Amino acid sequence: MIGRCFVIVAVVLAARVAAAADPTPQLVAARAAKSVVKVYGAGGLRGLEAYQSGIILTPDGRIATAMSTVLDAEGIDCVLDDGRRFEATLVGFDPRRELAVLSIDAADLPAAVPAEGRAAAGARVLAVSNLFGVAVGDERASVQRGVIATVVPLEARRGAADAPYTGTVYVLDFTTNNPGSPGGALVDARGRLLGMIGKELRASASGIWLNYALPVDEVLAGCEAIVEGRAGMTTVAGATPFDLAILGIVLVPDLLDRTPPFVEALVPESAAVRAGLAADDLLIAVGGRAVGSRSAAERAVGAIAAGDPVRVTVIRAGAVVDVDLGPRPRVADAIPAPEATP
Amino acid sequence: MSPAAAHVGWRRGLGGLLAVIVITATAPGGGVDVEADVLAAQQARVAAIGRATPAAVSIFAGESGGGSGVLLTRDGYAATNFHVVQSAGPAVTCGLADGRLYDAVVVGVDPTGDLAVIRLLGRDDFPVAEPADSDRVQVGDECFTIGNPFLLGTDLRPSVSAGIVSGVHRYQFPAGTILEYTDCLQVDAAINPGNSGGGLFDAAGRLIGINGRASFEKRGRVNVGAGYAISANQVRNFLGPLRAGRLCDHATLGATVATAVDGRVVVSDILESSDAWRRGLRYDDELVSLAGRPVRTVNAFKNVLGILPAGWQVPLVIRRDGRRRDLLVRLQGVHAPAKLAALAGGAAEEPRPGGSEPEVPAAVRAVYERRVGFVNHHFNVLERDRVAVGLAALRDSLPDGPWVLAGRIAAGGEFRIELADATASIDLPTGTSTLADDEAFDRQPVPPGSGGLLPALVLWRRLVVAGPAAVGQTMYWGTAPRDPATFTADAAGDLVDVLESAVAGVVARFGVDPAGRVVWIDLWASPEGDPCEVRLRWPDGDAAGGMPAAIDARFGGEPFATLVLDAAVVAEAPR
Repeated sequence: MIGRCFVIVAVVLAARVAAAADPTPQLVAARAAKSVVKVYGAGGLRGLEAYQSGIILTPDGRIATAMSTVLDAEGIDCVLDDGRRFEATLVGFDPRRELAVLSIDAADLPAAVPAEGRAAAGARVLAVSNLFGVAVGDERASVQRGVIATVVPLEARRGAADAPYTGTVYVLDFTTNNPGSPGGALVDARGRLLGMIGKELRASASGIWLNYALPVDEVLAGCEAIVEGRAGMTTVAGATPFDLAILGIVLVPDLLDRTPPFVEALVPESAAVRAGLAADDLLIAVGGRAVGSRSAAERAVGAIAAGDPVRVTVIRAGAVVDVDLGPRPRVADAIPAPEATP
Repeated sequence: MSPAAAHVGWRRGLGGLLAVIVITATAPGGGVDVEADVLAAQQARVAAIGRATPAAVSIFAGESGGGSGVLLTRDGYAATNFHVVQSAGPAVTCGLADGRLYDAVVVGVDPTGDLAVIRLLGRDDFPVAEPADSDRVQVGDECFTIGNPFLLGTDLRPSVSAGIVSGVHRYQFPAGTILEYTDCLQVDAAINPGNSGGGLFDAAGRLIGINGRASFEKRGRVNVGAGYAISANQVRNFLGPLRAGRLCDHATLGATVATAVDGRVVVSDILESSDAWRRGLRYDDELVSLAGRPVRTVNAFKNVLGILPAGWQVPLVIRRDGRRRDLLVRLQGVHAPAKLAALAGGAAEEPRPGGSEPEVPAAVRAVYERRVGFVNHHFNVLERDRVAVGLAALRDSLPDGPWVLAGRIAAGGEFRIELADATASIDLPTGTSTLADDEAFDRQPVPPGSGGLLPALVLWRRLVVAGPAAVGQTMYWGTAPRDPATFTADAAGDLVDVLESAVAGVVARFGVDPAGRVVWIDLWASPEGDPCEVRLRWPDGDAAGGMPAAIDARFGGEPFATLVLDAAVVAEAPR
C-alpha cells in the first residue's frame, strides 16, 4: 500500500510539474502524432500483422521502426500523419536491438525531437502508435497515456526464444505493446521522444505480456549503427523462411511421410559449421520445441523471426547436444506483400 | 449513504491521504501551492464522476448476460448496446447506483449501429446524464467510463475507469457481425466485457459516447488499451426512431465510393433505382461533402453515412468536370426490412408457424406490444400520441371548416387553394386542379408537375384539424432534420418529430416541430418514385398557430412553386 501511494505521489508530482510549463495534452498528442508513420508491409497470414509503426527521425525521411516480418516485403509503404503515402527503402537492421531503419524520399518532415537523458520511473508519458491498424490514411495514430513503471533490463522472450535485446527498457503501466504498435513513439509530457515501443514480448520470469519501450538513446545508437553499416545483419536472398539452408543446414532428402531430420551436409563457412553442428546429427528440437520430422523442423525454423536466436537440439552418438546457431538471418523478399491498405 | 456517495467518499479519503504525503514529499523543494492545484484537479474529477454516476445503469439480462446503460431522460429512457439486449427478450433488470433494482422494457433497437433504447419503469425523476457535443471531443481529452464490467455491478456499484481519448472519427468495420462502428471515439480508459452500453464521459462528466467495442487479441477478452464508443451525436440522431419502438436501419447512398489514383473519393458504383441517381449522381463524380462533412477519404464517407438514419434527406456536394454541384439526397435503408428483422431476431420478426411466442414478463406486459416491423409497438403509440397532443394545442387557432389559402406566387401570378375533408382545388395561372374524393390520391398527383401538392395539403389540414387518426394508418416514424438543405452532421442538428401515414393509396410523412407546427410534408404517390416535397415556412417569432407565411413545393429535385400567403385572406370561413 505504501509503495502504491508513492507511485501515486510520483504521478501527481509529475502532473504538477508538467502543469506549469507544458502545452496541453491535446497539443502534445497532435504534435507527437505528426512524427509517427503507419508502416505497411508483409504479413496478414499466420496471425502476423502486415502493419506496424515508425518514427520520423530526420526531416529528409529517415524512419526508425521495429525489425519484424512486416519488413520482409518487396514494397514497404509508409503513410504519414497527413495521409501522404511513400514507398520506403529498407536501409538495414540492428538485430540486437530489433531495430530497422527505413528511408523515404521526402523533405521537410516533422521529425521527432529526442528527449535529453533517460526518464525516470513515475514519468507521465504518451504512447503514439498505429495500434491494431485502427488509423488509416490521414487518420491520426492512436494516443494512449500512462506512466513509466520502472526502468530495468529487458528479460523477455518471444515464443520459446529469448529476446535478443537485454539492455535497459522503460516498462510501462499501460497496454502499449499491441499488434501494430511496435515502432511507435513514447513521448514525455512536452512531446519529446523518450523511446520506441518494442515488439510484443512476454516476461521471461512470469510469461505475462510486457509493455515496454526502447530508450531513445538506444534507438538513435542502433539507427546510427545501421546507417553506418555496423549493425551486422545477414540477409539471404532467394530462399524461403522455411529453408534450413539459410542456417547452413542440409537435411536428408524428404522421402518418407515423416522423414527423420538427419543432417546430411553443412554449407561451408555457414553458421551451422561455426556452431559445431555435424553431419549425421539428428535434429530433435528447434527453439525448445520437439520436431519429429524433416517438415516439422522446417516449420519450426520458419516460425522464428529474423534476428531471433536459433537454438537446436540434436542427438549425436547417443548424446543430446544443444547447439546455438546465432540469430536467424533475414530472408529477402520471402513473403509477398499484401494489397495496399487504404 | 448511497453507493454513489460512498464512491465519492472513498475518493475524498484518498485525496486527504495525498495531501499529507504531498506536503511531506515536496517540503524540501518549496512550492506551497502544489497540493492546492493537485487537490483542485482531483476534486474536479471526483465531482464529475459524482455527477455522472447516478445515471449509470447496470443491466442484467438473465442467462444472456448483461451489460451497462446510461439514463437519458427523467422518465427512464436509457441507451445501451443492441448486443446487450439482443438475446434478452422484451425485459431486462436494471440496477442503479442508488442501490435499487428497476424493471425495464426494450423500446427500440438499431442492430447495425449496435444501439438500443430501454425504458426503466417506476419513476419519473430518474437521474440523467447531460449530453455533450461529441464532435468537439479532441484526442488527449480526459475521459472516463462508468459501467458494469464483468457484470461486477451485482452490488449495484458501477465501476469507473479513467483514461484519455486516443482517437476521434474512427471507423471500425463490421467484424463478422453487422455491428458497424462508424465515426466512433477511441479511448484508453478500460472498456471490458460488461462495459457495453455504458456511458463515456468527458472531464466535466458530460456524456460523449456509448461504450460498446474494444480491440481484443492474443491477450484474451480483456482491455488492452483500445476501446470504442458510439458518439453521443450518433445516439442523438437515432434516438427518435429508437423511441418510436422501431427496428432502425442504417443508411446508404445507393452508391459505393472508392479512392481514385489521385486521392479523390469518387463514385465507383451506383444503383439507378436510388434517389442519389435521380438527383443526378453519376459514376466518377467526386464527393466533396455529405451532410456538411468534408469527404476526403473513403472512411470519412463511411463515418458520416454511419451516423445518419435511413430515410433522412441530407445535402451532398459533388464535383464534376471541375464544377461544384449541390444535391439534396434521400438516404435509403441498408437492409430489406425482413432481412433486418431476421438479423435482429426477437419481436420484430414474423412469427414462425408453430413457433412459440416468447413469454412477456408480467412486469412489462403493460408497456409491451408485439407487432411485426416494430421492436415494441407500445412506444410507437406513445410517441404518436405525444405528437398528437402538440398538434391539438394549435387547433383552437385554426378554423374547423374548409380552408381557403390565397396569395401570390413568387415567380409571378396569384393562387387560391381550397381545402376540405376529402375534396380540394387549386387555382394557378397555369390552370385549375381539383381533387375528387371518389378516387385514390395516388391517381391524382395534382397539380400536374407537382407530384401531389394538393393531396399533401389536404392531408396536412386533416392532420391539423382532426389529428393523426384522421389521416389513415399513422405511425411515429422518429425524427429527421427540420431543414434538410442546411442540415450538417457536425452541429447539434435541428430535428423535428416525423409522423408517417398510409392513406388513400399514398404515403405521407409530416415533420412536426416542438410547437406542434407541421414544417414539411413529403408525399409519395408512387413508392418507387420521387415524393412531392412541401416545405411550410412559418413566420418568425414565438407566436404559434395561425398559418404559414409561405409554402414551397418541389418535385423530382426541381422547384414547383413558392406560394406566398396573403395573411388577409388566409383561413377565411367557407364560402
